[in-house]
Amino acid sequence: MSFQFTEENLKRIEEARKKYPTSLAAVMDACYIGQEQNGHISEEVMEEISRVLDVPKTDVLGVVTFYTMYHQKPMGKYHIQVCTNVSCMLRGGYEIFDAIKNKLGIDNMEVTEDGKFSIEEVECMGACGGAPMIAINNDYYENMTKEKVLEILESLK
Amino acid sequence: MEKIVLPDIPNLDNLDVYIENGGFEGAKKAFQMSREDVIEEVKKSGLRGRGGAGFFTGLKWSFMPRTKTKPHYLAVNGDESEPGSFKDRQIFEKNPHQLIEGIIIAAYAIQAETVYIYIRGEYYNWIQMLQKAIDANYERGHLGEKMRETFNTDFYCNVYIHRGAGAYICGEESALMNSIEGRRGYPRVKPPFPAQNGLWGNPTTINNVETITNVPKIIANGGEWFASIGAPKHPGTLLFGVSGHVNKPGVYELPTGTLLTDIIYNYAGGVPGNKKIKCVIPGGSSMPPLRGDSIEGVKMDADSLREAGSMIGTGGIMVMDEDTNLLDVLLRISHFYHHESCGQCTPCREGTGWMEKILRRIKNGQGTSRDLDLLVDVAKNIEGRTVCALGDAAAWPVKFMIERFRDEFEKYVKPEVVIPVPNKIHSLKHSTFTVESIKISSKDGIQLKLDN
Ligand SMILES: Cc1cc2nc3c(=O)[nH]c(=O)nc-3n(C[C@H](O)[C@H](O)[C@H](O)COP(=O)(O)O)c2cc1C
Ligand code: SF4
Ligand code: FES
Repeated sequence: MSFQFTEENLKRIEEARKKYPTSLAAVMDACYIGQEQNGHISEEVMEEISRVLDVPKTDVLGVVTFYTMYHQKPMGKYHIQVCTNVSCMLRGGYEIFDAIKNKLGIDNMEVTEDGKFSIEEVECMGACGGAPMIAINNDYYENMTKEKVLEILESLK
Repeated sequence: MEKIVLPDIPNLDNLDVYIENGGFEGAKKAFQMSREDVIEEVKKSGLRGRGGAGFFTGLKWSFMPRTKTKPHYLAVNGDESEPGSFKDRQIFEKNPHQLIEGIIIAAYAIQAETVYIYIRGEYYNWIQMLQKAIDANYERGHLGEKMRETFNTDFYCNVYIHRGAGAYICGEESALMNSIEGRRGYPRVKPPFPAQNGLWGNPTTINNVETITNVPKIIANGGEWFASIGAPKHPGTLLFGVSGHVNKPGVYELPTGTLLTDIIYNYAGGVPGNKKIKCVIPGGSSMPPLRGDSIEGVKMDADSLREAGSMIGTGGIMVMDEDTNLLDVLLRISHFYHHESCGQCTPCREGTGWMEKILRRIKNGQGTSRDLDLLVDVAKNIEGRTVCALGDAAAWPVKFMIERFRDEFEKYVKPEVVIPVPNKIHSLKHSTFTVESIKISSKDGIQLKLDN
């Protein structure tokens, strides 16, 4: 199965390329765009990035494996990130994490069978003033309680 | 008290509102000054970096070559991944134009034609907000080639956001540069320093978001004005992010030198249930923790905190009440640094792993008091022996937490005794035993139950 960027995404990569003096520097943006289009960064996505930006595939792989926000496996439609670092932990971060795991019946970095949810224990997200917090895809939810979190899960279709 | 970085003005993220409230006065003034004079003014202000190390900003700018033979870069550090820190995000959201104005002035002073704002990947929504603000300034002729006309100067610069992707280490300035170049975020060995050899081998200055956001007001009102606010050796205000066991967690902009107790009790509303404070980490999780019974009179500026046995770091204040299990806290902190170590240097890679493992053993009830000494030893062996400061950041919490809260940690470990025991050939040998329990009674004297 080969992967190809859409016309629009090719344009976005071209735009990203213009920000930098080298094409290697655009790899991180291209990885995000690839992940957005494909759901995760597969071998084929890396090959396509390497081809489009004309950088060695090993360099793309090096980046994808270093940064935790790039996923080499499919994640859920709703990727739930739960912060358990100190400020969140002090205010119940682990209880929130456990409540979500129990509700969904999956463990850290697993995906529900229907592909709808995945869960990840994450480090401080820079929202300690709203601890405990979670993020679902790109959106932050602060001052969570077990009840609120379960309500939010219910509302995601 | 006037706020410098986050003034209480509604809709300040709107460019017109920003301009109506004195926005871009600093930039206009800067372009009428020479580069040297701009740097001189920032030196005079005494502004120090808000990213953790507290280095003098004007001095840092003066390290950039005066005659330009290669491209110059400014990299603005908005990685904000130090646990307990959540201040730069407020700037992206509430006062983005002042950050952009600061960038323009800084770029002019160091002759940088290209600026990258490095923002952690998780801040996706704030990246959108800041990009909107950047676009608005391009339209208004505050950025790009049109700047030359707008500000009547021959200088112009372009500003781009570089989105990180989840790696604490990329906040370290040389790892940050590798990340901008599209590489794995490995810190570089220094020297060479960024001002000589930074992005793509060119002169580069790295400054924190909050640092840069202070600059427009310094130029508009003068360095002396800024120097008169707060603690003389570390002037200005700081965005204190208070989290943990307080009634009103949040970011409070206050002059440097404000009492820590004032911040916790008056601004952050004190501790829920009026509990006592067991421990405070005053500047993000890398900084040495303070005992709750020693925070009276401690002022929040670089020098006062150093005297008190900690450091200002990012100004992220984490408060822990008397019921907090510090073993859990330290284990969580150690897990973080082990997870985030880039693995380049042996003391950091191995040491952070050992510390986490030993702490986990203690957590599982298998630790002995000797493990506490071992932890401090491992920490001391990391400190100062690594390529970047993540090593120290991992070592300090362990070293100081155990030294300062030894009484508490002793509760989680089994004590050890050295007892002479006869061995098979009837001579005495000193062996170390872990004590399971100690019973003292008038009838039986002292009874030690040893662990097998
Ligand atoms: C492990 C590590 C993480 C860091 N993270 C950040 C960060 O997230 N943001 C930041 O501004 N500085 C961070 N720093 C400090 C930077 O290396 C650098 O000193 C700072 O950005 C310089 O800006 P300033 O002089 O304006 O403070 C970090 C340093 C280390 C060692
Ligand atoms: S101290 Fe740790 S994080 Fe820093 S370069 Fe060495 S291994 Fe990497
Ligand atoms: S500790 Fe959870 S957001 Fe900072």
